[in-house]
Amino acid sequence: MTEVSRRVPAAPPAGADGSPPPRRLPRPGPAIAVVVVLVLAAAPLFLAPYATTTLTRMLVFGLLAVSLDLLVGITGLPSLGHAAYFGAGAYAAGWVSLHVTAAIPVPLLVGAAVGGIAAALTGWVAVRSAGVYFLMLTLAIGEVLAQLAHSWQSVTGGADGLAGIPAPALGGEPLANTGFLYWYVLAVGLVMFAAVWLLARSPFGTALRGIRDNEPRMRAVGYPTTLYKYAAFVAAGTVAGAAGSLLAAQQRLVTPADVGFTTAALVLLAVVIGGAGSLWGPVLGAAIVVLVRDALGPGLGGHGELLLGIVFVLVVYLLPRGAAGIGSLRVRRRRS
Amino acid sequence: MSALSCHGLGRSFGALKAVSGVDLSVAPGARHALIGPNGAGKSTLFRLLTGTMRPDTGTVHLDGDDVTGLSEVRRCRRGMSQTLQHSSLFGSFTVAGTVALAVRRHTGRAVRPWPHREPDVTARTDELLTRLGLADRAGEPVPALSHGERKQLEVALALACSPAVLLLDEPAAGMSPAESARLLTLLTGLPPEVTVLFVEHDLDLVFDLADRVTVLHLGRVLLTGTPDEVRASDAVREAYLGTARREELFTG
Repeated sequence: MTEVSRRVPAAPPAGADGSPPPRRLPRPGPAIAVVVVLVLAAAPLFLAPYATTTLTRMLVFGLLAVSLDLLVGITGLPSLGHAAYFGAGAYAAGWVSLHVTAAIPVPLLVGAAVGGIAAALTGWVAVRSAGVYFLMLTLAIGEVLAQLAHSWQSVTGGADGLAGIPAPALGGEPLANTGFLYWYVLAVGLVMFAAVWLLARSPFGTALRGIRDNEPRMRAVGYPTTLYKYAAFVAAGTVAGAAGSLLAAQQRLVTPADVGFTTAALVLLAVVIGGAGSLWGPVLGAAIVVLVRDALGPGLGGHGELLLGIVFVLVVYLLPRGAAGIGSLRVRRRRS
Repeated sequence: MSALSCHGLGRSFGALKAVSGVDLSVAPGARHALIGPNGAGKSTLFRLLTGTMRPDTGTVHLDGDDVTGLSEVRRCRRGMSQTLQHSSLFGSFTVAGTVALAVRRHTGRAVRPWPHREPDVTARTDELLTRLGLADRAGEPVPALSHGERKQLEVALALACSPAVLLLDEPAAGMSPAESARLLTLLTGLPPEVTVLFVEHDLDLVFDLADRVTVLHLGRVLLTGTPDEVRASDAVREAYLGTARREELFTG
């Protein structure tokens, strides 16, 4: 009879209200974060170029996963069309680099802006629905935009994609070196991640979690929830667009496949594997997905997807809250 | 002028007229109870008043303004607040976090997209939790609360919206007698300027708290009067119990 609705595995209670989560062991979070950032920053110094490139792809995909987690994990909106805004940003950044300038903040800003605008134009229809309908609407929106990438030949290059995108340039020097490109992607990724992190911990982000937990109750205490969901959708689209610009910079090629369903499904997979709502978990999930698909897949004779499927099933059964839930799983065991 | 009123309010589901032609006027500062047998239309009327459901006919006025076309969100912003029949809270929040959520929305400031200190929100949250006897549970996650505590938190959440009119849908449902008594103390202690309209099955609580009672039967208002008038009414007795004895109804 009494029901506390809980649609999505919960994130640790927010610090926004100033109260620490009760009965938890002190968490070594900040220290681990510093170590991870330092290791990531030093990675190109001791990794081979191919490994650096793989790591770059992981970061690009990781940022996309973080932006999707803002929708899935924080707001409770599972989207199957999120690659559309990623692709829109990638095409926009690629086009600007080809035809206008590849000077560094420009493709990034254009990509983010186009991703945000695309989300703003299509999001209002989507956020007015919920559950399975939201999933289907975002799927439809994604497919429409993928079709647009296919058929708008003069701008997108059609099925061949947008090829020969120049490397982003810093002060007139193109970042042709894989190490420099990696640092560029890492820097943008960290700034964007920090922005999403702060957003999720702000009063606004707390309200989004309230909507995820119980939208009717949020309306009853006076929050215009549709507007909030729309704002989250546009913010997520903007970050996805920025990630798209990084894809254009790294891959130097954008194809309709980057916009379509497969990419959208893979990001959603990354978020679930990593642990929705934790923000850092999906980055880990994205790394696993890229590792399996790009690094292990070729060795398995193209059966990388099969391995991904097995990983997914294992994660769902063994780690209901994703990789991010490993810590609390251990704590719970110790307590009982 | 009444704090909350409705005129000719009606809503049908297919052929069933759940609520039809209901006139109701709640005076400012009143403790107004809405009672009636099962299926009388209490919950529907409640939803029409809060704005969760749209009426087919009639109007709702809040503090003299027509709010019939406004959503529950807008009504809440104008000083109407509610608790729900089945306690409905936020599974991943702490007790303090839940109350802060509502307090923050009603500070008059915009809800900002970056973290910042909110001493006023914290202070008001503490004050509400203390008033509702939940201060020592502030850090607990909501799922760890007992049923009675959740109901208390519901009331805290409703009060956090700084309401002028408070609507409570069966606040004592599923409560033990001890919890119910505690709730009575709590509701009696509400600031007198807050108008309260509540739906309740527990008639002891109704007659202890209410200064005005409206009886609904088959979607219509059967009677509005003081608790004594309602207790004495033959029509109310028949609506509840057919022709059974009045004593059984009010002393059981």
